[in-house]
Amino acid sequence: MRLLKLVPDNTNIDFVRLRYIAFAVTTLLTIGAIALVFARGLNMGVDFEGGLMIEEHFQTAPPLDELRSTIDGLNVGDVALQPFGDPKVISIRLPQPPGTDEGRTNAVVKKVETAVAAKFPGAEFAKYDTVSGKVSDELIHRGIMAVLVAIFAIGLFAIFRFEWQFGISTVVAILHDVLMTLGFFALTQLQFDLNIVAAVLTIIGYSINDKIVIDDRIRENMRRYRKMEMREIVNLSVNETLPRTVMTSLTVILALGALLLFGGFVLHGFTAAMILGVIVGTYSSIYVSSSLLITLGLRAEPPEAKGKAAGKAERIRPQGE
Amino acid sequence: MLDFPRWKITSIVGLLAVLMALSIPSFFGETATSKWPIHPHVNLGLDLAGGSYLLLEGDIKDLQGSRLAAMRDSVQQEMRTDGSPIGIGDISIQGGKLSFMVRDVSQVDAARERLLKITGSGAGLSGQRDWDISVVDSTRFVLTPTEAGLQEAVKNAMADATEVVRRRIDALGTKEPTIVQEGTDRIVVQVPGLQNPQALKDLLGKTAKLEFKMVDVNADPAAIAKGIAPVGDEILPMADNPQQKIAVHRTTIISGDMLDDAQQKYDQNNQPDVVIRFNSEGGRRFAKVTQENVGKPFAIIVDNQVISYPRIDEPILGGTASISGGGFTVESANNLAIALRSGKLPVNLKVIEEHTVGAELGNDSIHAGIVASAIALAAVIVFMAVTYGRFGLYANLAVAINLFVILGLMALLNATLTLPGIAGFVLTIGTAVDANVLINERIREERRRGRNVVQSVELGYKEASRTIFEANVTHGIAGLIMLILGSGPIKGFAIVLLLGIATSVFTAVTFTRMLVAIWLRRNRPSEIHI
Repeated sequence: MRLLKLVPDNTNIDFVRLRYIAFAVTTLLTIGAIALVFARGLNMGVDFEGGLMIEEHFQTAPPLDELRSTIDGLNVGDVALQPFGDPKVISIRLPQPPGTDEGRTNAVVKKVETAVAAKFPGAEFAKYDTVSGKVSDELIHRGIMAVLVAIFAIGLFAIFRFEWQFGISTVVAILHDVLMTLGFFALTQLQFDLNIVAAVLTIIGYSINDKIVIDDRIRENMRRYRKMEMREIVNLSVNETLPRTVMTSLTVILALGALLLFGGFVLHGFTAAMILGVIVGTYSSIYVSSSLLITLGLRAEPPEAKGKAAGKAERIRPQGE
Repeated sequence: MLDFPRWKITSIVGLLAVLMALSIPSFFGETATSKWPIHPHVNLGLDLAGGSYLLLEGDIKDLQGSRLAAMRDSVQQEMRTDGSPIGIGDISIQGGKLSFMVRDVSQVDAARERLLKITGSGAGLSGQRDWDISVVDSTRFVLTPTEAGLQEAVKNAMADATEVVRRRIDALGTKEPTIVQEGTDRIVVQVPGLQNPQALKDLLGKTAKLEFKMVDVNADPAAIAKGIAPVGDEILPMADNPQQKIAVHRTTIISGDMLDDAQQKYDQNNQPDVVIRFNSEGGRRFAKVTQENVGKPFAIIVDNQVISYPRIDEPILGGTASISGGGFTVESANNLAIALRSGKLPVNLKVIEEHTVGAELGNDSIHAGIVASAIALAAVIVFMAVTYGRFGLYANLAVAINLFVILGLMALLNATLTLPGIAGFVLTIGTAVDANVLINERIREERRRGRNVVQSVELGYKEASRTIFEANVTHGIAGLIMLILGSGPIKGFAIVLLLGIATSVFTAVTFTRMLVAIWLRRNRPSEIHI
């Protein structure tokens, strides 16, 4: 029985040699992503912007102009219509009605429902959300906090378990992943809501997973080959873990691909973000965090100091030798 | 490595079997399993089951206002009674403070005595003063609510409000609502399966403060129209016609606290009305007031709107009264009855966030989620099998078991499965095999380095375990932060993710190691395909 081998044995790609080009490309892409976010903005969902959103299911795909004029006639503020993957499902976005009286929001929802159902028989709401401005501000705040705290905590863990260079390089690489994801959402104008924050946090989790695997191998090889140049150690470690990197990324993308194709339109944005995150995260493991370790001047310690450090490392191992 | 004692095998298999068994009831309906001896269930989130999520916020400003008004009323009452009334005047609420003047300077000390009685002499409920009392210009008293007192009042009001909300929702007869207080001034209400949250919101939007007050028949209609209230009066709109205003005496003769029951019934004209029954104190009071005021009209007021102002034709001694008029429909009368029965809300509640999902969308999502998970699992299984052969099959078995174990644990913890939670499942399939990929790649590597089969497998598991531990701890940090800081869908996702991390380490490492050990021991292969 011949088994599939995605990466041939003894593969030795000189990843590190390409690192300056990679740094340049990464920097450009990151700046591009930030610029996109500022220039085009994110298509914020009601979670983060406040207002109300009705998701309406139609029997047949309705002409958007007609739907728009129906709702415009109700005098309930500027309406934004967006097909939701399926042309028979339209999301209707309206601003929060003025005043704090919550009865007004209900009235608007009811008005739109009735008018739309009269104009397009068989149409019914699939879901609706209303979020007041106060709550949406809080949700943004908490979302940003969650992402920042996660990055910080993971960086701290990496410093505690490895060396400070690992902490810095990991944090930089994760920031890169997050910025690229934001850029992706600015570019595609996919709706950015609470689910996407969950996706971003997951990307962080996945990406760190990937980096720790390589970092762990670098640490192991630093002990094994004390005289070796750092760039050689990084190259060796990335190559040694390459089969695993490819294999895992592919499995995760396979699973996510199933979700994207069959998981229903509600999770589209979420899954798209995750797939992008896996690709970006894998890239940054090799070209951002590992390469950065060399730039940050990580080197195998001289033998005399080494014994002490290794002894310490042994004690905190999860499994006894 | 090969040393796997029987007791260890038994306990691993046993533990996994029990956890998997816990997931079984969740695949059947709640009713189908209700007779089973134990039937833990995974709750479906509102995005899957359909239903409404409401975030209510108490109006603290309003609470402050009514607290001051209540204090004003008790000051007036206290100064008037006790045989020797103290003359006060110019009582007013301004800038969050209550102030009044004592007419006679010699009575200032006596007035202070009485104030201390009603504001609580030293320590209030909070262990500190609820009100600061000061005297300016020798005769003017100023009462300022303290921060601690206010906080205590908010705390109590919100706790009471949560209870009232619960009673009202229970009265609607919906299935398994969740009502929890969040933070200092918020209440989260989740009602699965509720298709029309309008009725619910109507019900929660009502404070249901019921008051009976005497109508001021001498008030000048022109002044009322201009909104100028005669001294001691207030002007209130009619519920069914807010343009029409009525002047009533400020003193409440009977309030909603004195109710025993309220029911929606029909009056003699077959119009819906609400029949209320007073408790013994309320009944006595109502009898006394109606005896004293025969021929005069009194106003029935709900939430500062006059429902009706019938004339008292004869003393009402039976302790019941009927509220009719006010443009009642059966539904609105029933809502009022429920609201009155469940007691008045101590604070106004506003809906600041709402999510309602139709049941159909929920069903579609569950269906799509199951299909996606199955396809993801199938794809991963094939991929792992062609890559790692026997070792891939072991990993696949571990992943499949892991999914049921996560479900079983969620059922045990009574956790809620949401749509992002399903995404969490699919992602877990992907990441759980990562542990096996790490192990298997390591075994391949060790074989290439020329170690024998048993050594390679042993070293593969040992070296990879360290990496898996590091990687999962960091992944877990991200999950934990999501659980703590995240809201709504993020939490649902984090639960699945965290459980998945915990269980996958066990199934992917311990369980597969056991399978590999058993196989190696039985067959003693000199070569392995990996």
